[in-house]
Amino acid sequence: MPYIANTDADRTEMLERIGVASTEALFADIPPEFRFPRIEFPAPLSEPELMAEMKRLAGKNAGSGDYAWFLGAGAYNHFIPAAVSALASRGEFSTAYTPYQPEASQGTLQAIYEYQSMVAELTGMDAVNASHYDGATALAEAILMALRSGDENRLEVMLPVSLNPEYRATIDTYLAPTKARVLEWTGNPLEAAGYATEATACFVLQWPDFFGDLWQPSDSLAETLHGKGALFIVHADPIMLGIMKAPGSFGADIVTAEGQSLGNPVNFGGPYLGIMGTKGALVRRMPGRIVGEARDAQGRRGFALTLVAREQHIRREKAVSNICSNQGLAMLRACIYLALMGKGGLSSVASLCWNRAHYAAREIGRIPGYEILNRGEFFKEFTVRCPISAEEISSALFDEEIVPGYPVSRCDPERPNDLIVCVTELDSKPRIDWLAAALKEAGNGYVD
Amino acid sequence: MAMSTEPLLSEMGAPGRLGASLPELDVPETPVPEGLLRTALRLPEITELEAVRHFTRLSRLNYSIDTNFYPLGSCTMKYNPKVNEDAANLAGFTDCHPLIPEDLAQGSIELMFGLQEMLKAVSGFDAVSLQPAAGAHGELTGVYMIRAWHESRKDAKRKRMLIPDSAHGTNPASVAMAGFEAVTIPSSADGGVDLAALKAACDDTVAGLMITNPSTLGLFERNILEVVKIVHDSGGLVYGDGANMNALVGAFRPADAGIDVMHFNLHKTFSTPHGGGGPGAGAVGASSRLASFLPGPIAARKGVNRGSGRGSRETSGDYGFEIPENSIGRVKSFYGNFGILVRAYAYMRQLGAVGLRRVSENAVINANYLRVLLRDTYHEPYDRPCMHEFVAEGDVAAGVRTVDVAKRLIDLGFHPPTIYFPLIVHEALMIEPTESESKETLDAFAAALIRIADEAKSDPQLLHDAPHDTPVGRLDEVAAARKPVLCYHCD
Amino acid sequence: MKIDQNAKYLKSHEWTRKDGDAFVCGISDHAQKALGDIVYVDLPAPGKHYKKGSAFGVIESVKAASDLYMPMSGTIVSSNTDLADHTDIVNKDCYGAGWFIRFTADDPKEWDTLLSPLEYMKVSEKE
Repeated sequence: MPYIANTDADRTEMLERIGVASTEALFADIPPEFRFPRIEFPAPLSEPELMAEMKRLAGKNAGSGDYAWFLGAGAYNHFIPAAVSALASRGEFSTAYTPYQPEASQGTLQAIYEYQSMVAELTGMDAVNASHYDGATALAEAILMALRSGDENRLEVMLPVSLNPEYRATIDTYLAPTKARVLEWTGNPLEAAGYATEATACFVLQWPDFFGDLWQPSDSLAETLHGKGALFIVHADPIMLGIMKAPGSFGADIVTAEGQSLGNPVNFGGPYLGIMGTKGALVRRMPGRIVGEARDAQGRRGFALTLVAREQHIRREKAVSNICSNQGLAMLRACIYLALMGKGGLSSVASLCWNRAHYAAREIGRIPGYEILNRGEFFKEFTVRCPISAEEISSALFDEEIVPGYPVSRCDPERPNDLIVCVTELDSKPRIDWLAAALKEAGNGYVD
Repeated sequence: MAMSTEPLLSEMGAPGRLGASLPELDVPETPVPEGLLRTALRLPEITELEAVRHFTRLSRLNYSIDTNFYPLGSCTMKYNPKVNEDAANLAGFTDCHPLIPEDLAQGSIELMFGLQEMLKAVSGFDAVSLQPAAGAHGELTGVYMIRAWHESRKDAKRKRMLIPDSAHGTNPASVAMAGFEAVTIPSSADGGVDLAALKAACDDTVAGLMITNPSTLGLFERNILEVVKIVHDSGGLVYGDGANMNALVGAFRPADAGIDVMHFNLHKTFSTPHGGGGPGAGAVGASSRLASFLPGPIAARKGVNRGSGRGSRETSGDYGFEIPENSIGRVKSFYGNFGILVRAYAYMRQLGAVGLRRVSENAVINANYLRVLLRDTYHEPYDRPCMHEFVAEGDVAAGVRTVDVAKRLIDLGFHPPTIYFPLIVHEALMIEPTESESKETLDAFAAALIRIADEAKSDPQLLHDAPHDTPVGRLDEVAAARKPVLCYHCD
Repeated sequence: MKIDQNAKYLKSHEWTRKDGDAFVCGISDHAQKALGDIVYVDLPAPGKHYKKGSAFGVIESVKAASDLYMPMSGTIVSSNTDLADHTDIVNKDCYGAGWFIRFTADDPKEWDTLLSPLEYMKVSEKE
């Protein structure tokens, strides 16, 4: 039997030492009628048979290797240096657990501390936790954190209409048992923030929003909210922060982000990591593991889990959250990615995304029948109104092995012709020209 | 383990160094408006080699399953097979975008469907959702479902969730997030649920009971059928915390006992790596009553050939996603921690039903063997056959505490067990060896603990000063919490 | 275990003492010992009103955390700002410099209903 060391001889000796006649005797507490049921299961596979089966399944998917992807909408194809996987797959990292024993876990702890430090720099926060499940749950828990931080009659949560619909659905699930009320805002964020009142717990800005619109920040938004005692939550694209202002610099109290773009493949939706950071005294109300610097008796620097009294194993039902882990390996990949990219690399990636996306938008905007809907700024995603339905365009382009974007009709049936197109540093000029040519051809004949 | 500490990234490198190679700009430049641009970015400037050495050295400061016995109780630190990693890293899986049309992701959806079916088979549940990202996330999902079920029956007064005092802290924390009140139920003298206390607590305000079985004491709840009946009779539902499923896989199906909803820790029972804290996967199974409340989307096999002829790749299109009728909604983006699901699927396919039964059998033999080797030295508060883990007390000599024993174990090359949990055991040492370990390893670990018990009497200072052979000694957590330093650029 | 004979107590280990027209509140020596090294105290802003028995703050050590309960209904006059940077004062001088809040009581007679030093000593010895 694979992965089990005990031989029949070992078992006999061990059972004898235990003082029972059989293995079954150790299961005597289980009601006899339900003990060792018959289980319908596929036949076991040897390792080569297993890999053949896994390759069969993987081969049924369309991987990004043969397709040109312009699909983002919450999961992004960015370049991942080879060293990320080589280092993160080391067993010393991957087969350790939560660093409860700091003396035997300094590798994991220091990596978390370095991740926290680099993400704090990117986001402009004072403290960042060791990560949440994903961007959606990080944002949902940030909202719960804001609700807990104000007094109990601050129950209004202001969410943008243009929020990623999966985030919105996740937030709705998390808020269902609470007394919170969601108010949706649309239009200019600065004007929308003017509607905050003494009952507002928090105002959420997705930066850029689901359709790509990127608000040009001004300090007065945060001032308006803070004047009402409300918190300002910014959910940002972490790659973009390589060149753009840190949300902390324009007054964000909590920053969340989907961290997948930092060194993690799209992987059919997970595992990703949720980034969360905050400022000042709010750190005591932030959920999630946090690592801090500590010294031993000889004055040597080390790292340990800290501010643990926030957490469920101590505070139980009064804990700031039930979370008791982080997305360790996904976070480690983000940490290694940021270390490798560094100052020069991350800003290059962000600049490439910006410039290539703007080139793509100009090229697509020039095609008769196509219109770019973003009126202001955008970063790597923008929304195109197509001459025919976006689903039809997509189907036509699959034949060319191009996935041209995300048809908005999947979340809003009233916008059948709109397509969210994502362009990253992996999309070269020829590839963008290929997309534009394919779009032109697919739209041809449908234009007035 | 490496002995010396490693500098921080911020203490390495030199201005201008690059660790990655990126394409040149091949399109006309578009200026970024001034109002958007950041002024500074203090990130590392190191070469790839510097990064490789840094993270390789860091890795060597860890204990891990691949390097050490790691008997952390309730964490099921079993061996994580390497073939699972190869499978999960196949480009067809990793490069598949979650929002592509289902026709282009048939392999991933088929895998999810197959995993759901296998989890149903080992648990007896009617349906499984793979969306929750971790055990605690699965728990929260289950409690949300119980809440939604009572609400669907317009039974708004059911706000109390009963939780045994041996439970993991995530249980009451999940209950609070779901807007319920956590009510503690004491344990009986033999470590089970106190039936009299349970009966007294059950009335028409009870939403349900959360039960970990085997409990965190490593004991199977002998009265499980009666416990479930008492709660059901009062109109409540029973949540099963599947943290300790490694004792039961192939031996007992929780749904047979009437459990209504339960999470599986795929990263424990089904061998996916713990990753220094995650990612895990907390799939949730539900009985017929609660199946329609599961979070979605859930993988489904459709009866018709769904091939649409789109794209150059013909797919049979047999698999798709569905959202259960009364679904509580999403608990995260997309479908779950897919990469972890691949590993769990691979493990279950390799072992098959018989292999999984051998897992629980050997996990239980190993735990009992170790328990018997140690019981004359370390007091065991519940001296009866255990399941996959057991609890002992670490205060083996006057002035010596469990933490001292744990730190000394590090010197001897073993990761310490879980300590000071469960809370109801004084100076607890919670030991879970798993089925992966050989008899020789168990013998060596027992010998180390017995040696430490001798040292506790002859040279207690040796224990108080432990660990000795680590890159850092015991850290001053009080000073760290009083003046937190949480990042290297922060003031 | 030290007891301040001029204070009255709650079972949850808060003490309260008359201080001019107002009252001062902290935690007992028994409680600070049980918690261990205090690393953080979260105290309310002046002007906030709390009912008797409701939580007005939180105290944390590395291994434990506990809510702080209002001994009498009243309005916060001031919180001990020295504790923000020097939580060790609570361990060193819990009845003096380690006080938490000063408050005005809605009904000063409520003080008479609290546990006497002797009654509190009996309660805490049982723990």
